[in-house]
Amino acid sequence: MAYSEKVIDHYSEPRNVGSFDKSAANVGTGLVGAPECGDVMKLQIQVDPETKEIVDAKFKTFGCGSAIASSSLATEWVKGKSIDEAMSIQNTEIVEELSLPPVKIHCSVLAEDAIKAAIADYKSRNED
Amino acid sequence: MKLPIYLDYNATTPVDPKVVEAMMPFFTESFGNAASRNHSFGWKVEQVVEDARDYIGSAIGAGGKEIVFTSGATESDNLAILGAAEFYQKKGKHIITSPIEHKAVIDPCHALEQRGYEITFLDVDKDGCINLKQLEESIREDTILVSLMAGNNEIGTLNPLEEIGEITRAKGVLFHTDATQGVGKIPIDVDEMKIDLLSMSAHKIYGPKGMGALYVRRKKPRVRLSPIMFGGGHERGMRSGTLNVTGIVGFAKALELSMAEMASEAERLTGLRQRLYERLTSELDYIFLNGHPTERLPNNLNLSFGYVEGESLMMGVSDLAVSSGSACTSSSLEPSYVLRALGVGDDLAHSSIRFGMGRFTTVEEIDYTAEKMVVAVKRLREMSPLYEMVKDGVDLSTVQWSSH
Repeated sequence: MAYSEKVIDHYSEPRNVGSFDKSAANVGTGLVGAPECGDVMKLQIQVDPETKEIVDAKFKTFGCGSAIASSSLATEWVKGKSIDEAMSIQNTEIVEELSLPPVKIHCSVLAEDAIKAAIADYKSRNED
Repeated sequence: MKLPIYLDYNATTPVDPKVVEAMMPFFTESFGNAASRNHSFGWKVEQVVEDARDYIGSAIGAGGKEIVFTSGATESDNLAILGAAEFYQKKGKHIITSPIEHKAVIDPCHALEQRGYEITFLDVDKDGCINLKQLEESIREDTILVSLMAGNNEIGTLNPLEEIGEITRAKGVLFHTDATQGVGKIPIDVDEMKIDLLSMSAHKIYGPKGMGALYVRRKKPRVRLSPIMFGGGHERGMRSGTLNVTGIVGFAKALELSMAEMASEAERLTGLRQRLYERLTSELDYIFLNGHPTERLPNNLNLSFGYVEGESLMMGVSDLAVSSGSACTSSSLEPSYVLRALGVGDDLAHSSIRFGMGRFTTVEEIDYTAEKMVVAVKRLREMSPLYEMVKDGVDLSTVQWSSH
């Protein structure tokens, strides 16, 4: 299978690989996928409690090159956005940006799910 | 050392230059049809074909008259299974095979199920071995055929052909073996092993693609097959179609070269296989061997690299040509059915890589491969949430995963 240049770029030099302390109050963690399906993404956001802006993001992904690229891209995109703005990121935008073939669309769906799960986790632990 | 390195010899092999040389005259000068009985163009190639047939037969302890030329092992498997099923249907409609056979065996069996046949799939253990007692107990009055491969193409595990042949012969049931991965690599003798039907292929042993053969026993018992292709009644009526003379010549030459160095080559490849395995396991944790540790094809190593997905791993070693049981590498998005049948979890099936070594594989290439693999696995584990969780002491089986 031929990969797009952007997928290869994110695979070779993934952005924001790593982990935050998931128990920290200003961190939201999304863990989506399943090992038996061949992809698991962990995406974490660090939120400014005052502005509700996502100031930093990290990911770790078990999955194919497209899954790694999708989550790497997702961390780039959420940084600097408010959590409401980040909620509106659509998987189709990831598909377009990375030129994912139809068989890899599920990777982008998973990345969108990971963003939403991370935000939901943050919100659930920071309810007013 | 030239890059990329080819390590997929279980998939196919390059044609040996000596094979190409042997084939050349039969494209242009000696182009006759072996079935042309009334002129010298036909006679000449007929003799060449018969010599090749005799040689190929002798390499597996059979006679030339017992060799039916086909387009490859897939056709040979289909002819053996569908042909025997049709011919012996009055005796019964029960066939025994295993869940880790090649699709060229499994799919015709499923097709027969649609036509009212019953198929028993034997259990295989974690190494891919069948249980001989279960085989014996599965044979019934109406069983006509047992089909079990010589060596598994994915995981390399060898079947005990001689023991299987003892059982099938004693019970009066035909024994077919798909020996595509075995012929020319491990000793095979159809009499000693009491094999009645045997599939083989040229392109796995440095011969041309599109060329195969089916051994069909002529005596004790005489095996009969209904044809699956009709035409000029070639190959004793079992396989119509103009003989692929160049392919046949190439097949015989390729087999001759393989047989000449079989023992020493098996030893050399086993050494390379061990070397690769030891290099990888000394540098990396969570490596799982798929297939039997010793009873396996000399040239096959199949490993699961825990917590790393196979396709991403192959992307990381782009100058190595290997294959993976990961779903992402197949069009079906299902992980390897062979690994599944062994009880390998889907997560580890997704993490599997098959290394196939061959005639042109060098120690230098193996060392380079090991180095590259170690770097790629370590890098991907750095970004694997699963590896991180395991290292933190999390039991992954207790995690509530969200499926998608």
